[in-house]
Formats: sequence, C-alpha cells, structure tokens
Amino acid sequence: MNFSRVIYNKFLSSWMRISITVIILIPFAIGIALLLKSLPIIRSDSIFNLVGSGKWAPSEGKFGFRPYILSSVYVTLFSFLFAAPVSFLSAIYLTQFARGRLIKLVYPVIDILAGIPSVIYGVWGVLVIVPFISGFVAPVFNTSSSGFTILAGGIVLAVMCIPYMLNMLLEVLKTVPTGLKEATLSLGATNWETTKHVVLRNCFSGVVSSFGLGITKAFGETLAVMMVVGNTVHISFNPLQSGYPLPALIANNYGEMLSIPLYDSALMFAALLLMTIILVINLFFRFLMYRAVNQ
Amino acid sequence: MYQEVCDNIENLVVEPKVKREEPTTVLKISNLNVNLPNHPILKNINLEVQENKITVLLGPSGCGKTTLLKSINRLTSLTPELKVTGKILIEGEDVLNGRTNIPELRQKMGLLSQRPFPLPFSIYKNIAYGLKLKGVRDKNLIEYNVEKRLREVGLWNEVKDRLNTPASSLSIGQQQRLCLARGLAVKPKIILADEPTSALDPTSSKTIECLLKELKKHYTIILVTHVLRQAVRLADHVVFMYYGEIIEQGEPQELFKHPKTEKLRNYLIDGN
Ligand SMILES: Nc1ncnc2c1ncn2[C@@H]1O[C@H](COP(=O)(O)OP(=O)(O)O)[C@@H](O)[C@H]1O
Ligand SMILES: [Mg+2]
Repeated sequence: MNFSRVIYNKFLSSWMRISITVIILIPFAIGIALLLKSLPIIRSDSIFNLVGSGKWAPSEGKFGFRPYILSSVYVTLFSFLFAAPVSFLSAIYLTQFARGRLIKLVYPVIDILAGIPSVIYGVWGVLVIVPFISGFVAPVFNTSSSGFTILAGGIVLAVMCIPYMLNMLLEVLKTVPTGLKEATLSLGATNWETTKHVVLRNCFSGVVSSFGLGITKAFGETLAVMMVVGNTVHISFNPLQSGYPLPALIANNYGEMLSIPLYDSALMFAALLLMTIILVINLFFRFLMYRAVNQ
Repeated sequence: MYQEVCDNIENLVVEPKVKREEPTTVLKISNLNVNLPNHPILKNINLEVQENKITVLLGPSGCGKTTLLKSINRLTSLTPELKVTGKILIEGEDVLNGRTNIPELRQKMGLLSQRPFPLPFSIYKNIAYGLKLKGVRDKNLIEYNVEKRLREVGLWNEVKDRLNTPASSLSIGQQQRLCLARGLAVKPKIILADEPTSALDPTSSKTIECLLKELKKHYTIILVTHVLRQAVRLADHVVFMYYGEIIEQGEPQELFKHPKTEKLRNYLIDGN
C-alpha cells in the first residue's frame, strides 16, 4: 500500500468515526438541552405535581400537564386500536394467502400513503372525518359534537400509522423462510395452521416490535392530530370530546406568550416529557422483543 | 457414532416385513409436465417408484429434481406461476386432480429438505405437532410416539433429558434427524428426501445415510442427490435427470457400469 492511500484510508476512517459519534451524540445533546431549559420549572415545582396536576393556567403560574399526557395516551390508544388489526390482518393476507399480483400492487400504494405529508392527512381529517363524526357518529350516541374530537385524532392517526406499521409487518413476515412453511405444510398443516402456529411464532418478536414502533410514531405525531383534535384543555374519557395532546401543546404555543414567566420552560418540559415517554415505550418494546428472542 | 445408531435401529425392527415376490408400485408418475410461463422445468416425466426401495433422483443442479419432489406433495402450489399437468398416482389415488384434501395427502409423505427447518417449538413439540394435526389428543400416545420416533432416528439418548428445550438448540445434524423423526410421526408412506446431507458434516451425513438404509424396511424413499457416491451407496433404483427430462433409469450397477447415453457418461466422468 502506498503512502497516499494510507493517508486517504486514515482520513476516511476518522471521518466515519466522527460521523458515527455525531449520530450517537445527537439524542443526548437534545435531551440535555431540553433538561437544562426545563430546569427552571422543575425547580419551581415538583415533577410529581407538574405531571399529576390538572390545572393549566400559565398566567397564574400553574402548569399541570396531566390533561395533555392523558390526551396523548388516549389518542394513541384509539389509533392503535384501529391501525393494529388492520395492518396485522392485511400483512398476513398479503404474505401468506394473496397472489403475487396483489402484492405488486400494494407496495407502491403503501409507499404513496407513507409519503403523503401529514398536513394533507390533517386536511383530509378536517374535510371528511370531522364532519362525519359530528354528522353521523355523534347523533348515533345521542350527543352533539363539533367533530373536532379525540376520535377524529385517533382515526386520522390510525390512517397515518397503517402504511408505516404494515410496511414493517410485511418486512417481518417476509423473513420467515419458505422452507419452514414447506416443512409445516408437509406435516399436513393447512395454510392457516401454518400461519398461526409457525409463521407468526417464528416472527413474534418482530410483530411486537412493529406494533411498538407504530405506537411510538403515533404518540409523537403532531400536525395532523393537532388539526382535528380540538385543542382544548380538559380531562375527559369521552372520545367524542376534544383533547389536547402534548405535541400539539408545544407546536401551538412555542414562540408565543413568552413574556409569561416559566412558560417557555414549561413547554420545554413538555418536550422533555414527550421524549421520555417515547423513549420508555421504545425501551419497553425492545425489552419484550429481547424476551421473545431469548425465551 | 452412526454405527451405534444403526445398531440401535436394528434392535427396533419389530415385525420383519414379509418379502413379496412382486415389487409393489407405490407411486406412479405419468406425463408430468411442469412449466413456468416462459420455460419448461419438467418435461414429460414418467416414473414408477417401488415399495421399500430407495429411488435416487440424480442429476446436475437446476435439472428439476426439487421441483419433481414438490410436485409429488403439491408444494408446487406455493408458487402459483407454476403450471403442473399430468398424472401422479399414490397408491392409486390421484395427487394432482382427484382429491381436494391436500393436508391429508401431504401426510402420506414425509419431507426432508436440503437444510433442516425445525419448527419454532421444543424438541418434543416438533414431533408431537404432526400427531396433533392428525387429531391425536391422547397424551400417552403422543408421548409414546415421540420416544419411538426419536429412537427410530437414533436421537433419543442424545435429547431425552432436554425434550423441552427449543429444537433450534440442537446441532444441525441433530436437527436434520429431528426433522426426519418429525416426518415419520405422521406415518407417511413415502419419504421425500431432497439432498438431505448437503448441509451436513461427513459424520452427520453418514448417520443420515445409514438411517435411510434402515428406514427403507418400513418406508419407500425417494432421495434426491447430486453426489454420485451417495447414489452408489444407497440406490436400489437410479433415475438420471438432465434439464427437466429423465434421460436414463435402472439398477445402479447396470446404469453406472454401462451408461447408455452420452450425457450420463459425461456426468459419471465429471463426478469422479
Ligand atoms: N418458483 C420458481 N421460479 C422460477 N424458477 C424456478 C422456480 N422453481 C424452480 N425454478 C427453476 O426450475 C429449474 C429446476 O429447479 P430445481 O427443481 O430446484 O432443480 P434442482 O433441485 O435439480 O437443482 C431451475 O432452473 C430453477 O431456476
Ligand atoms: Mg434442488
């Protein structure tokens, strides 16, 4: 190896190392920045109070995050209830039962759905889902509703999550070797038994982690949800009432009313909270996956 | 070690088969054609497989041996593009056209593939699974069968203390024998073995070869191989295939000593 190539190699590998380091450091940098920025509010009140209290009155210096957290959880839960079964059943059908032509048709559709900007999902939600809820769903339950509701947020979010989850599930299900299916079939199992007993079991951890990552995405999604969920603060378990998820709180208010003391810090705390929750969900599903693989 | 396995199996032979004068045809394939939309894979295959014999399908890679095996137990239906025509009779039953209960049909054949695919269960459940599919619910009967099948493939002593550990924890040679035992549990008529030793080390290969030799007392075996020596060691009947066609078939001694066709002659020269 000649001298210039040695230099070039050293140069290249050091750059690679720097790039990797930057990538690894970014989450820590963000976390630390958020923590520093939210220190004032954490100092002014206990974290337990901040998270547990339901009173949100910035001008009085009261910052209670519970309604926002619950809204986020609630919207995410709804979206998961809609998105998970649909993606799961579609993925099974497409990989185990459908003919090749349908799969060829579905992949570009998934790509298109996944590539649509979230603002368009939001507009669609406002134009279709919101009137649908106020016009049809609410009357069925004998109530009136503006349509800007937790349910609308859940539906829009579910539609956004489906391509994402479906894509992951398809990848996961495709990893099952053909030979394993053939072995099971040759023992006299039907297609459905093969899927249920062997295919799903073989990629159980992958299925669980697909769901987990889908939840993480739903929890953090901001714009489209914000457009249909109503954005008013109150705690309610009625999905036909409006909600105010954490990401919407941050996006709606950051940069405004910063003259109010601690407000800026409170929003940073919300961001820290959001990041922590997503991290916890992520780690939880990784743990499940680890258990599934090593059982 | 395989010697020991062979001895074990010798002891297991409970009821020696009564020798029949006339060989019985278990499987009869006539005018089988398998086509992809643009090119043929198998062309006009005619073949009779005799009971309690090892029929060896010999031929270079890509000549359609695996496809032939998969047509027999209809795994070809996993690939909808494949068009299978012709007639395959198993004990007089039409595989391709007649009956519709494919799972039941597949239980007449045990499949042993190129590399082992243990089911994602414990060792015990791997063998019990086929029985459960057959509708066997009696725990004692299942237990008895698991032990019997594991003994049949010489695996019992190696795994009897860890029946509930995942099958994937076995060595690859043990896994292959487990897959064989699993196939035997559904009481197949025929064992379809697709290059079962190609992923194994020499010792494990010998063990499998030895097992096949013993198992032919109770089963009919179709063995795919491209290893000439394996064919010489095991075959009762050799079928030489080349580019989707059966070129020659017959008794191994005769076929290997006096090949009638240029293609087989060349194959034998290249193989040695
Ligand atoms: N599903 C399939 N799609 C495309 N080609 C196939 C398929 N199955 C088999 N073939 C083709 O058929 C030929 C025979 O394959 P195979 O039966 O696997 O041969 P062998 O087992 O003798 O090596 C090969 O040329 C292979 O490319
Ligand atoms: Mg093959």
